[in-house]
Amino acid sequence: MATKQIAGKIVSVSEEGYLTDPSQWTREVAQAIAVEEGITLTDAHWKVIDFLKKDFAATGTLASMRRINKTGGIPTKDLYELFPDGPLKKAARIAGLPKPTSCV
Amino acid sequence: MKKILIIGAGTAGTMMAVHLSRKLNRKEWIITILDKDETHYYQPGYLFIPFGIYTKKDVIRKGAKYIPAGIEYLLAEAGEIATDQNRVKLTDGREIAYDILIIATGTDIHPEETPGMAENGWRENIFDFYTADGACALGEKMSGFKGGKVAIHVAEMPIKCPVAPLEIAFMADWYFTKKGIRKDIQIDFVTPLSGAFSKPATAKVMGHLMDERGINLVADFGTERVERGKLISYDNRTVEYDLLITTPTNMGDALMARSNMGDDLNFVPTDKHTLQAKAKDNIFALGDATNLPSSKAGSVVHFQTEILTKNIRSYIQGKELKASFDGHSNCFIESGYGKAFLIDFNYDLDPVEGTYPLPFLGPFSLLKETRLNHIGKLAMKFVYWNILLRGIPVPGISSKMGRAGKIISEASGVTSKI
Repeated sequence: MATKQIAGKIVSVSEEGYLTDPSQWTREVAQAIAVEEGITLTDAHWKVIDFLKKDFAATGTLASMRRINKTGGIPTKDLYELFPDGPLKKAARIAGLPKPTSCV
Repeated sequence: MKKILIIGAGTAGTMMAVHLSRKLNRKEWIITILDKDETHYYQPGYLFIPFGIYTKKDVIRKGAKYIPAGIEYLLAEAGEIATDQNRVKLTDGREIAYDILIIATGTDIHPEETPGMAENGWRENIFDFYTADGACALGEKMSGFKGGKVAIHVAEMPIKCPVAPLEIAFMADWYFTKKGIRKDIQIDFVTPLSGAFSKPATAKVMGHLMDERGINLVADFGTERVERGKLISYDNRTVEYDLLITTPTNMGDALMARSNMGDDLNFVPTDKHTLQAKAKDNIFALGDATNLPSSKAGSVVHFQTEILTKNIRSYIQGKELKASFDGHSNCFIESGYGKAFLIDFNYDLDPVEGTYPLPFLGPFSLLKETRLNHIGKLAMKFVYWNILLRGIPVPGISSKMGRAGKIISEASGVTSKI
């Protein structure tokens, strides 16, 4: 388990840079991770992040793109525009949630 | 008398009926199993149909033949589960009360979930191989196929038997090579995953084999829609095809939506260790019907039935549900040319190299391509109908994944803290 400094905070991260302690997540940390991903967060991005966090708190699992669409009301096409090249992986990382595990 | 009701008489439901008929006191318990289809399908056999190795006859039997004597077998469709009344309402108007409900309704393909898939050439130049009819139709198409672009496609995860699309790709390469037309055919493997498979060590091995076989990997492809001869992704990439062999979106039974107890894909939220449904403590679920992060595969069902039988006995006795499913899965990966791989893994440990089922002796080799693995794969048809479905234990095969005889290293992706 590694730690790294981000947005002036020391946070624990996995090998792939996902936060391992959700309590260390702040909106500033999210901003900083987004910059690493080459993304400038807008209201549309925050809508996705807020839904993911709220849904994770309720269900204990990361929402799928289908769930973000059907339950969160955010079309998958938009998700790809907001978080290009692997939207769920990037959105989860910025939201301080675990990396999506595609079912086997 | 108390009642156990099993919905679904496929691999999971039938095996549960067999186990429960032996383990429960039959003076106290009535066991009922219902299914809307009188046919039982040997689904792993679908893979061999498009290549003329099996016919439909190899994969179908009358379901009733495999239900033990003394169990009530109903050919009927469940319309709704009323969890608050412990009742299942059938579509023919009848109602069945239960003390314990077991959901084994499986998963099915839904081409209509991808815009354009059902409209722009379904069963003309778009085929599935997850139904007996689909596999047969694909076989006819393949036998007349002269050349062009073949796309092997996965619409969305999770899917039943996640290695099957890889197997179809390897088998197609072998089939067209044997026919002498491989040079006239391009094979693309189009997947929403970032690699050939979801488990890294296996993805690497499969990726190498795809290179060797000249199969192009098109990864991270989230399919937005299907046009005539074209797959289009959300990020505006296009893959053209003359023949599309697709794995459409997999969903659980619509019964779950009607009963308000499924997730976004109608899979049943279930405890991944005890197999108790989240909806209510007298409901259990297993096999493809659940939302478990384990493979949707027959071997998984086989392991789950042992665990669930123990937990149902504990539940009846008012005891804690101690039997715990570890996600154990093993599957042969048919790779064409008379060879196959075998992989063995669970929730925490990725497939590794070694031998199975016996440490060092095998006879099967893990994560390696061998002729013996292929013979094992073909033998499964006999083993399924005559041993597994009848609940006869297989020596050396345990529901808990073994570690002996395996080469386990940090690099293999060990994440467990067992």
